[in-house]
Amino acid sequence: MSKVNTAAPQSNGSGVFKRVAQKLLERNFLLFVTIVLFIIAYVAGLFAFKDKNFGNLQVFLNLLISNAGLIIIAVGMTMVLIIAGIDISVGSVVAVTCMMLAAMMEKAKMEPLPAVLIVLLFGVVFGAVQGWLISYLKLQPFIVTLAGMFFARGLTAVISLEMITVTNEAYVKLAQYKMYLPFGGYLNRKGEMIYPYIYPTVILALAIVVLGYIMLRYTKFGRTIYAVGGNEYSAMLMGLNVKRTKLLVYIINGFLATLGGVAYSLNTLGAFVELARGFEMDAIASTVIGGTPLTGGVGNVIGTLFGVLIKALIETFVSFQGNLSSWWSKIIISALLALFIVLQSLLAMRKEKQR
Amino acid sequence: MKKISIFKKPITQYSLFMPILCLFLVLIVNLIQTPHFFKITIQNGVLYGYIIDILNRSSGLVILAVGMTLVVASSGGTDISVGAVCALAGAVCVAALGTGETYKMPYIAAVLLALLIGLICGVFNGFLVSFMKVQPMVATLILFTAGRGIAQLVTGSFILYVKPKSFTYLGSFIPGVPIPTPCFVAAFVVILTWLVLTKTSLGMYIQSVGINSKASFLVGLNSKVIIFLTYVFCGICAAIAGLISVSRTASIDANNVGLYIELDAILAVAIGGNSLAGGKFSLAGSVIGAITIQALTTTLYAMRVAADQLPLYKAIVVVAIVAIQSPVLRKWFKNLTLKLAPGKPVKEAM
Amino acid sequence: MAIGKEILKMRHITKNFLGVRALNNVDFTLRAGEIHALMGENGAGKSTLIKVLTGAEEFESGEIWMDGIPHPIINRSPQEAQHNGISTVYQEINLCPNISVAENLFIGREPKKHGMIDWKTMNKKAKEALAVLDVDIDVTINLENYSVAIQQMVAIARAVDISSKVLILDEPTSSLNDFEVSKLFAVMRKLKERGLGIIFVTHFLEQVYEICDRITVLRNGELVGEYEVDKLPRVQLVARMMGKDFDDLAEIKREHKGSTGKEEVVVEAKGLGCSGKIKPFDITVNKGDVVGLSGLLGSGRSELARALYGADRPDKGVLKFKGKRFTSRAPIDSIRAGMGFLPENRKEEGIIADLSVRENIIIALQARQGMFKLLSRKEQEEFADRFIDLLKIKTADRETPVKQLSGGNQQKVILARWLLTNPDFLILDEPTRGIDVGTKTEIQRLVIKLAEEGKAIIFISSEIEEMLRTCNRMAILRDSSKVGELSGDEITQVNIMKAIAGGTTV
Repeated sequence: MSKVNTAAPQSNGSGVFKRVAQKLLERNFLLFVTIVLFIIAYVAGLFAFKDKNFGNLQVFLNLLISNAGLIIIAVGMTMVLIIAGIDISVGSVVAVTCMMLAAMMEKAKMEPLPAVLIVLLFGVVFGAVQGWLISYLKLQPFIVTLAGMFFARGLTAVISLEMITVTNEAYVKLAQYKMYLPFGGYLNRKGEMIYPYIYPTVILALAIVVLGYIMLRYTKFGRTIYAVGGNEYSAMLMGLNVKRTKLLVYIINGFLATLGGVAYSLNTLGAFVELARGFEMDAIASTVIGGTPLTGGVGNVIGTLFGVLIKALIETFVSFQGNLSSWWSKIIISALLALFIVLQSLLAMRKEKQR
Repeated sequence: MKKISIFKKPITQYSLFMPILCLFLVLIVNLIQTPHFFKITIQNGVLYGYIIDILNRSSGLVILAVGMTLVVASSGGTDISVGAVCALAGAVCVAALGTGETYKMPYIAAVLLALLIGLICGVFNGFLVSFMKVQPMVATLILFTAGRGIAQLVTGSFILYVKPKSFTYLGSFIPGVPIPTPCFVAAFVVILTWLVLTKTSLGMYIQSVGINSKASFLVGLNSKVIIFLTYVFCGICAAIAGLISVSRTASIDANNVGLYIELDAILAVAIGGNSLAGGKFSLAGSVIGAITIQALTTTLYAMRVAADQLPLYKAIVVVAIVAIQSPVLRKWFKNLTLKLAPGKPVKEAM
Repeated sequence: MAIGKEILKMRHITKNFLGVRALNNVDFTLRAGEIHALMGENGAGKSTLIKVLTGAEEFESGEIWMDGIPHPIINRSPQEAQHNGISTVYQEINLCPNISVAENLFIGREPKKHGMIDWKTMNKKAKEALAVLDVDIDVTINLENYSVAIQQMVAIARAVDISSKVLILDEPTSSLNDFEVSKLFAVMRKLKERGLGIIFVTHFLEQVYEICDRITVLRNGELVGEYEVDKLPRVQLVARMMGKDFDDLAEIKREHKGSTGKEEVVVEAKGLGCSGKIKPFDITVNKGDVVGLSGLLGSGRSELARALYGADRPDKGVLKFKGKRFTSRAPIDSIRAGMGFLPENRKEEGIIADLSVRENIIIALQARQGMFKLLSRKEQEEFADRFIDLLKIKTADRETPVKQLSGGNQQKVILARWLLTNPDFLILDEPTRGIDVGTKTEIQRLVIKLAEEGKAIIFISSEIEEMLRTCNRMAILRDSSKVGELSGDEITQVNIMKAIAGGTTV
């Protein structure tokens, strides 16, 4: 036998679960860490906040409800990070989206549907311009999206310096439409059966995660994204259209940023200039914690979903605890981010040494 | 090509041409807008006027731009944590001095403490970038998110005010001196940095590592240590800028001190004609860049643009500047000029 | 064997690379059912010719004709080349390490079911494609988990699977062991029978004679000629590659006789080696010696030099420098001890492009002095001027960025950099590559003069003539190890070529 046959690590696990766990550990160590971390944190929460009904399903659903917009945006960010790009404009795009929606519905008295379609179109155009500058003019993504960030924030202020509250009946109705789950109910103090609920935005966010997963895993375009992120030059030599792929990723990202903005707007029902400040870093941090390093080529949206949930969980802990300043959540998230970055860097260094 | 002319090369190829042109354009616009733009008067024993105001307000940015320039030059990356470090250093200084009628500890000790905080932040960033090989932006993202949070903890999430009058000297005027103190501080930082860079070989080392790290390694330079040092220095610069900022208002609002200033600092470096990919740098360019940004801001305020709307115009400036630097676009323009003027030899753009 | 019609014709291909002519009027013809070796030394233009053909790079003039297409084609991208029936395995493995083996084989043409990628079928097909090369691995895990040899086999499997008319293999065997090479050759023979034309670039002469039908030799971007393998003896081939007509070899007079009298050892390596780069070797260099390292591209000449200098840290053996045991943790230690190293790749490892001539000259001395002992501006200018004069560096000014100088002058600047540190031991890796003849002679003279002044020198060059002129001893390298040494009257062109070519005893 030549050494060819023994070079690969072969998995011989017997049980399905063991095999899946082993595969995850071997092939996507970072995702494994993220999921384990979430489970540990959640279980720890169950014990720590036993008396505050932490185990209540609604508490978990609230993690999704309050972060639906972030989930959608983080899916786009995941793709951008996989092609070794970055987009720091998403926070401002969320602000301008909310502002545009509010202005169109309140000032111009438009119906919600056309207003939403217009902002989504804006997102596509915005993403296309950024993508074109990055992939065809070969400008640095950081600088281009920095300009995008300025532009969108400035535009928000140009539309209105005042806060606008959305009162459009249909829109408000949609925002407050509770979808009750048929299970997981509990009796409250008055003895009524209360069922946990979600908002439509949660469905939207989860749908985007699923679509993102399918696209990245099962389409030619999705796999090309990974190839481009792994080695742009090699991808070009393998006959893949690198520039177009990058452009498309930024377009999708622009679209998802505005879609996330719509979800965000349904949560806030209003807009002001300072809205969603620092949101881009939340998205990047969640994505990185979810196992997508900024070096490109690696990552997936399931991890990103867990990244957002970990962030949400930390915020919930801090608020459940009661005495802690909300800034603690920022600090804990940063510490976690530091941990993941160091972990990723050590993994990369080990790989380099093996060569 | 041998041609006798006064300039050794076309004037447009001097590295400071673009930054000075930018500043010049902004000033011209101002002069048209406000004819008394260059007028400097003395009121209450201090200098007063638009120019003074621009110089005064840009000092913090100038200091940050100096630090950022070196970070960019050595590592080809940016330090996005400087704004947060400003807030943190300012918060520590204010918290150390306390909110009483008198300082809780000697003023100078509090200042040194703040500088130490900046240094520690710089060490943290530099360690991640040079020894852990983390991309600069990612490494500094950690402090970007955490810095303000820690600052809030230091201040207990309150806006703290410092009462003794002497606290404001750093950010405004020292009694009897007509020139704003921040200008002195900025000048001091710029000159000191310039001296260190030119009187030791550090300046050459930084450029060398940024231009060609492999060759630098072979001629015996330790690129890791050099990159590390630039981040440490940048952290200290951020602390100084933070001190000026808290002194201006005699208070600390950890939410807003130095907010978004990292972006302005990066922009200043770019306007200064420095490549964000690292390598050769011009300290003077970055200083001019920083002043240009402040001048632009002042101009737009004078034109009654709301503060919140400023970013829109900044965005246009950023795109214009980086697009000009894009090799693809330059090539495209070169081909265009070739087509428009056939037969005329076009000099190889390097 | 029957060699069919011409399936690929490249005519008068010319390409400039940053002002340097990389290919000049090169013709190349490939016939169906042949394996055609493309040979040439470093910088001969092999890889450039291939990149032009496959659309990875543009070319200025010339035509490419493919069988069955009535007009000349230009492949603007590798995609187009693939479409025209050309597939390639590049010298550096150009695959994506972060995706699975199966995907690397099929990306861009994944099998689909209901519009979705059919992973099951893809993995099955991937296993089959690799089975042809007798590689049995888990195709579902990322490529980066495998050794370079396996990655190379994957790249080959991909190209073989895609190829319809022309298969290009650019140095595919450099990281394969004998068993893997034999598998590859078996596949190549099979494809040849199917009527494919195969372009094979390699620096292993044995392999050329084992599998190829025809050889095209390039040198300095120009075509030397096309030969049939059976009619071109091995030594003749080496002579063509090195730019010497073997028949009219006149003995070139050695100008440097080496050290006379008592010999003082400067460098002594015993079993020094660096895993994955150079196998353990012994070498000594005396005061006044110019020791040449000779061998084809990839034979380990540069790697040996780098291990001595500490640019790559040796992990085996002992190095003695000036009689004392010496371990270098980084180049700065070597510089302080008195070494200098002019690297092979001037652009990537030599010059610091945007810095001025002055700064490029003084930087090594400055690094040795340390950060706080800055050479005064006056000293710097004096040093720079002295060497600009001494080496006749053509520059507008000492403040001109070094990138604006011609290649030869850039090389002189780097030489000046090291001469300024006044080293006892100087390693010159291809100091004359890509520079004009006049400058070449100047550099050769300088090397001899330095040796006469008592420096120990290692000199690496692809040009035998130059080595003959300057070296008093020669070490021969092949396959990452030092295989022999020649000294005194043994140093003749014939002996060197034979030693490099291998197969025959030295």
